[in-house]
Amino acid sequence: MTPAIELIGIDKRFGSVHANKDVSLAIGKGSIHGIIGENGAGKSTLMSILFGFYHADKGEIRVGGKPVKIKSSADAIAHGVGMVHQHFMLVEPFTVLENVVLGAEGAALIGPALARARAELEHLAHNYELDVDPDATIGELPVGLQQRVEILKALFKGAEVLILDEPTGVLTPDEADQLFRILGTLRDQGKTVILITHKLREIMAITDRVSVMRRGEMVGTKETKQTSVEELAEMMVGRRVLLRVEKGEANPGETVLEVKNLTWRDRKGTARVDNVSFNVRKGEIVGIAGVSGNGQSELLDVIAGIARATSGEIVFEGKSIGALADPRYLRREGVAHVPEDRQHRGLVNSFDASESSILGWHFEETLGRGFHLDRRAVVERCRHEMQDFDVRPADPYLKSAKFSGGNQQKIILAREISRDPDLLIVGQPTRGVDIGAIEFIHKRLIALRDQGKAILLVSVELDEIRSLSDRILVMFAGKIMGERDASADERELGLLMAGVAKEAA
Amino acid sequence: MDPSLIPEILASSIRMAVPLILASLAGLWSERSGIVDIGLEGKMLAAAFAAASASFYFQSAWAGLFIAILVSLAMALVHGYASINQRGNQVVSGVAINMLAAGLAVVLGNTWFKEGGRTPALSEAMRFMPIDLPGATALADIPVLAGLAKIVSGHSLLTYLALALVPLSAWALARTRFGLRLRAVGENPHAVDTAGISVARLRYQAVIIAGVLCGIAGAYISTSLSASFVRDMSAGRGFMALAALIFANWRAWPALYTCLLFGFLQAIGNFMQGARIGQFEIPVQFFNTLPYLMTVVLLAGFIGKSIPPRASGIPYTKDR
Repeated sequence: MTPAIELIGIDKRFGSVHANKDVSLAIGKGSIHGIIGENGAGKSTLMSILFGFYHADKGEIRVGGKPVKIKSSADAIAHGVGMVHQHFMLVEPFTVLENVVLGAEGAALIGPALARARAELEHLAHNYELDVDPDATIGELPVGLQQRVEILKALFKGAEVLILDEPTGVLTPDEADQLFRILGTLRDQGKTVILITHKLREIMAITDRVSVMRRGEMVGTKETKQTSVEELAEMMVGRRVLLRVEKGEANPGETVLEVKNLTWRDRKGTARVDNVSFNVRKGEIVGIAGVSGNGQSELLDVIAGIARATSGEIVFEGKSIGALADPRYLRREGVAHVPEDRQHRGLVNSFDASESSILGWHFEETLGRGFHLDRRAVVERCRHEMQDFDVRPADPYLKSAKFSGGNQQKIILAREISRDPDLLIVGQPTRGVDIGAIEFIHKRLIALRDQGKAILLVSVELDEIRSLSDRILVMFAGKIMGERDASADERELGLLMAGVAKEAA
Repeated sequence: MDPSLIPEILASSIRMAVPLILASLAGLWSERSGIVDIGLEGKMLAAAFAAASASFYFQSAWAGLFIAILVSLAMALVHGYASINQRGNQVVSGVAINMLAAGLAVVLGNTWFKEGGRTPALSEAMRFMPIDLPGATALADIPVLAGLAKIVSGHSLLTYLALALVPLSAWALARTRFGLRLRAVGENPHAVDTAGISVARLRYQAVIIAGVLCGIAGAYISTSLSASFVRDMSAGRGFMALAALIFANWRAWPALYTCLLFGFLQAIGNFMQGARIGQFEIPVQFFNTLPYLMTVVLLAGFIGKSIPPRASGIPYTKDR
């Protein structure tokens, strides 16, 4: 049988970056084909070329065996290729119908197209469990439904091949399962699905075949049934990696951080953190799980002193700090903070690594006196930290932006951990970080715990929370839905993340 | 104040509002596509100068209008090139256009006509003159209807055109394929691009519409509202139009009402000379200031909350 899609010798450069090196790939019709690789491996670039968003420097694309020229997204759509992007391509103030129709209006007036789309959506909802209210405004829909609209958009335009780029990043486990069911139905009805992801478990769960990319090259393609998570991880990284975090029992000591009835309201008066209470003890990692946007970021901000609590109390080593909102004071008292958004808050992209490595600690006496900053001391200190944390390249003069995500994160972690804090607040420690660096960062966090430090961890990666935390809190809509221990069942956590409160059975 | 003046004041309000309505619509089309247009003022001023000069030269109001549109269009395309192709700062480009227009009009005017930056007075044939709607004169003796006829009839062709363009714009934005795409590109150009539609092309179309509308507005100012070009005669109308647009939340009908209110504020100044409160004579400057005060209040966002198109002012690049 001819494959639905063939990519032959695709080559693409962005300036000095060689994003795709002579990549070839064949995708069978009526299958779910996974493409896996680390950040920057070139999988999104490859699919963007197939969708006409970028043009390949070299190479050929065949659809259903015939060579085609795809110069724009319009060409791709015309050849039956649809794409659901990682960041949704939806117009928020528009209704579902208007979004579906955009680009496929058919005539100068949109009335008839809207009517046609309404009928078609009903049909699709029936066939594929893709129910969405056609008159709802996109901005008011939850992300899971927004994603459905993206799929509907592609199907309405006649997509036979559907590319999904990291579709589960914004979904609860439950929503992800639902998505996978939908993708299964699509396949069963003869559509071809290409799934780009960096999550090995998803690949194992729903794909028929999987292709692995590394540094712009196609490493290989496997039948999913005949491979394993370990083998795929090794193909991705190029060496054996430890996927499971090894850690011993926690020995929690006295309470370091106590949060009592903490509430934080935004300008509109909405309680983004709603009456939250918990504590963190010495020698334990407390993980906060939750789908992105449920108040975790705001909670971190308040504890780190970036935002001021509206009400409630935060007690750190016996001192009340909730009303202070003074990050420098907190740092000196021993609260270290690795912010969620490292590009914007963790470092300054245009600074040298050595300058980024003293942000927030620039007032230290070892780094200079008064107005004077001792550059040699700064660089020396940075060199030290880089060695300790295996930052590559170990060049204190290199601009912060030039480091990979993993190495940027290591620079920040080194900065915060080397000050010997009593409490470390970490947001999304491994977002956009490759597997090798994840392994390293996880080890350091466990080591810090074993030294008797308290760690508060926020992550949207449930796997990360489960493997690192000693206790797990789940946040939903600003509230803590419940506390579970590290052995908690994933389904149960998933339900809590979706806001379904259930008494522990 | 004499109540019999009311129809006259309202008719004058409409006349004063016309350039604001046209400029507001220009801003509406441009900004709904994501291109911030601070250069409405400059385009109008340049068009006013072009219209007055060309009307005089060709002895024809229509020639003046045509040239005015061409000149305004050329400036709009400069703004489009800076904002769309070069991904420049749209506010800076707009300010540059305003400065260019203000300076160039005076320098060229001085060179060509040697009247200190003015253009020669235009005769009736070189202007858009009031036209009486059929039947309006017949109503002259009926009490209420006569007043109404005074308000509705006796405007120039460009006035009726401007008023007709409001529902047309509202309809086109809401109901046509072009309108849907244009609104989409102002909110999320990435969505438009991935739907296989050219972002640059759509935005150029919007900028061109804005250029044409500003051209008509400018021609109206110098060949209908007045009978020659005087330096800085657009008098901040471009900014009033922007204020009206923002207050109207980038919608056509509310923009019309706000522009009419501005027109009213501009009109009453002429009728309030010598108005008194008790012994105190209110200086006419006070009334002349009102529209500008309102512009500042509206632009400062004191009244209501307006949400601009999400992508407005942000140059489009494929990468995020």
